[in-house]
Amino acid sequence: MHATPTVPSVSAEQNGSLHAKERVVNDFSIQVATVNGSGSQTANNVLMRTIFQMGVPVSGKNLFPSNIAGLPTWFTIRASKEGYIGRKKEIDFFVAMNAETAQEDALKLAPGSALVYDEPLKLNELRSDLHFYAVPFDKLVGPVCPEAKLRKLVKNMIYDGVVAHLLGLDLEEMRKALFKQFGARKKKAAELNWGAVAAGKEYAEKNLTKTDPFWIEPMDRTGGKLIIEGNTAAALGCLFAGVTVLTWYPITPSSTLAEALISYLGRFRREAETGKGTYAVVQAEDELAAVGMAIGAGWAGARSMTCTSGPGVSLMSEFVGLAYYAEIPTVIIDVQRVGPSTGLPTRTMQGDIMSNALLSHGDCKHPVLFPSSPEECFTMAQECFDLAERFQTPVFMNMDLDLGMNNWMSDAFPYPEKPIARGKVLTAEDLDRLGGFARYQDVDGDGVAYRTLPGTKHQQAAYFTRGTGHNEKAVYSEREDDWIHNMDRLARKFETLRHQISAPLASDKPGAKIGLVSCGTSRWAMEESSDQLSREYGTEVSWLRLRAYPFGDELAAFIDRHERVYIIDQNRDAQLLGLMRLDLDAARVAKLRSVRYYGGLPLDARTVTDEIVMQEGL
Amino acid sequence: MSAAPAPPKKTNHIGLEVLNYRGGKTTLCAGCGHNAITERLIDAFWEMGVEPHQVAKMSGIGCSSKTPAYFLSQSHGFNAVHGRAPAVATGALLGNHQMRCVVVSGDGDTASIGLGQFMHMLRRNVPLIYIIENNGVYGLTKGQFSATADVGAKLKTGTVNELPPIDCCLAGIELGATLVARSFSGDKRQLSAILRAAIAHNGLSVIDIISPCVTFNDHEGSTKSYAYMKDHEEPLHELDFVPGFSDIEVEIAEGESRVVELHDGSKLLLHKLEHDYDPTSKIHALEVLHESTQRNEVLTGIIYIDRGKQTLTEMLDIVDEPLATLAEHRVRPSREVLELINEEFR
Repeated sequence: MHATPTVPSVSAEQNGSLHAKERVVNDFSIQVATVNGSGSQTANNVLMRTIFQMGVPVSGKNLFPSNIAGLPTWFTIRASKEGYIGRKKEIDFFVAMNAETAQEDALKLAPGSALVYDEPLKLNELRSDLHFYAVPFDKLVGPVCPEAKLRKLVKNMIYDGVVAHLLGLDLEEMRKALFKQFGARKKKAAELNWGAVAAGKEYAEKNLTKTDPFWIEPMDRTGGKLIIEGNTAAALGCLFAGVTVLTWYPITPSSTLAEALISYLGRFRREAETGKGTYAVVQAEDELAAVGMAIGAGWAGARSMTCTSGPGVSLMSEFVGLAYYAEIPTVIIDVQRVGPSTGLPTRTMQGDIMSNALLSHGDCKHPVLFPSSPEECFTMAQECFDLAERFQTPVFMNMDLDLGMNNWMSDAFPYPEKPIARGKVLTAEDLDRLGGFARYQDVDGDGVAYRTLPGTKHQQAAYFTRGTGHNEKAVYSEREDDWIHNMDRLARKFETLRHQISAPLASDKPGAKIGLVSCGTSRWAMEESSDQLSREYGTEVSWLRLRAYPFGDELAAFIDRHERVYIIDQNRDAQLLGLMRLDLDAARVAKLRSVRYYGGLPLDARTVTDEIVMQEGL
Repeated sequence: MSAAPAPPKKTNHIGLEVLNYRGGKTTLCAGCGHNAITERLIDAFWEMGVEPHQVAKMSGIGCSSKTPAYFLSQSHGFNAVHGRAPAVATGALLGNHQMRCVVVSGDGDTASIGLGQFMHMLRRNVPLIYIIENNGVYGLTKGQFSATADVGAKLKTGTVNELPPIDCCLAGIELGATLVARSFSGDKRQLSAILRAAIAHNGLSVIDIISPCVTFNDHEGSTKSYAYMKDHEEPLHELDFVPGFSDIEVEIAEGESRVVELHDGSKLLLHKLEHDYDPTSKIHALEVLHESTQRNEVLTGIIYIDRGKQTLTEMLDIVDEPLATLAEHRVRPSREVLELINEEFR
């Protein structure tokens, strides 16, 4: 499949003719093109939150360059009365603020789209099949912002006012959103920016005649919900999981996860009486050290973690094999970006599915959780820590840049009802009762042995941890039978885990012969595509979303219930499908097909639908 | 007739015999310098009366890294990956900052593959004892040069090293270790005093110990051989150590000795040899090291000590108890906190 997501295609909702009489309400996408570092993020967030506060389901996707300031950036807001929060491929309403990309942007739009642009760009001369709205931003910003050096930042707020008028947004909600964005301490800045919004609104009222069909009208579908980035949600999950040691190395797109967690730890994990922390954070010198420290801390009994992205995972490879074989708990959160190599650091991909599951040399496999939403980032981060300690093994949480760094609408986070699971740890009292222990002995038949923590005051507590061959008593051994015995137990442990990790969730459609399977953020495009195929092609398509590796038995059962199953991958090499090939029997593998996208943008439903239509000949 | 009563067993001040500090049988070559260091470690921990369960023994990969299995069998040990013991040890101390930690490394482990981790451990002043069993060669892979091999040193094959050595003591002093010493595995008295001082010290101790490899680097032309050390070792001072728990009165001859008081009240006595040496001056320490290298001498003794610097775990301002075993109510914020956070995103 081709990685050409920006080629325009006319959506079903749009008929392409100008001056359409039919109103398109709460079901379109807005894209704003600006320059990186111009403060446009505030204007974009205010716009998005206004729609959200009007009760309309919304999502925001920031397409930004790997650069501090000066390069083009695009922010896409999707309003969807149906509640679809995946990316929408078609752009319906465009705001062109970046002279550098304006022409190309304008030419890509589908006929019938709306285009707000900076007047001097004269985009209306390029084509005639769009709804054009020219706004003299530089003229408008002067009077509302006397301080010249702030004008670049304030200018962007003007388009919020223009768009508010054109789409019928509730100005009071926009004002609330703006003041929330600036916070209580920046009231003066908020007032200045509100002046710009008002100026934009006033200009639009007096000078622009609405010809496009796009409107936002109040709904009641966002009450109680949050707007949050996945990285923040994951950080909160770690906070409530009781993380005690975070060791990390900065890398896009995972840095904001660590930074959010550090900030929450500072706020909520310093004890009132002493001011001392119930946590330790070290910014390591590289990812090798970051994961090495996390492993050392896990060995000592801490709830330890690191977070990184693909290049970091590659560096962690040797250490993760040690933790697997020496059986040490730790949590590794991988916020995936586009690789190989440095690749596209600010674009999204599911490129590390294979490496998370099988990282390191020799026989290695690791549990991987695939959150699809901020809420799952929150709950699965907790699951990661519990699994790591219960199964004494490194556990990956496989996120991606789309989930981690974009704004998502989410249910409020539920307070964890289950106590923290610390796994099979023997205390000095236990050792008195048992008269000793063998570190790698499968006492309970589930493959999970008992461990002691350093510092346990007992003559039999100590054992020697090593990455070299060892027997049940943790004594060095090069014996063939010891090696096989141990590797078989590790495999048994993984089988036990298979039934205790988040199971796949399926949605069968009546009479459906084909099914879709995905993990992580592909969920949103998959579910919407299933609806598109039903609505537009009359083809019922079931879906199943995998929430973890090892895959639960439900995957095989789902394949059995369908004639053909399409595995959706956000990578070139069909990594999720590849992992299934290792786990499933040949008859089931024969039923699998592949849908792949690897252009770096969040996967959209239309791309999936078009591919299914082509392969199925619909 | 009754049997003669067994002689009373010799115990340390916490009532443990030296047996409690021993480990598994060594699998290194007979005569390996590392075995002598292992013996000194056993004695030092025993003499200092450290609780074995309070010690974590860490290592990387190499002959030296095998040795934690040969001492303190009642202490948890961790033989990790090549050159990465600093990270694992740092993490272990984050998890439980009440533990004492000893890392045994080698010259390949520290100065080649693990140089980055070594340097950052120095910078953080991680409170642990870092021992470098330095023989200038890779033993387990059969005798290649390491990065501490001296210029002109010759392998058994006749290959001559032409690259300058990395001096781990220089790095230690420059980058933040707070006790830096060099010794020789064959110098029992000096090494014992240094190890006990390191146990008494609060902060990172880096101890570079020349430890000849009898199989690959103890021949004519080696600069890390027993014979070479015999001719080239140049002690800075004669050392005595008086533990804090003993009631021995220390008498000092004016102008002949210096007394360095350590964190736990122990005293390190530095008896003057040719010159008086003050190990608390960083600049002077760097100077004497450079000068001795120019003279082709191997300077040994306590080269540098800084008793005031904050350690990593102190800097992090952690609660008194180990993080590893904090109860749930101390690590999971309340329902009210989550509600407050949810509200911030609505």
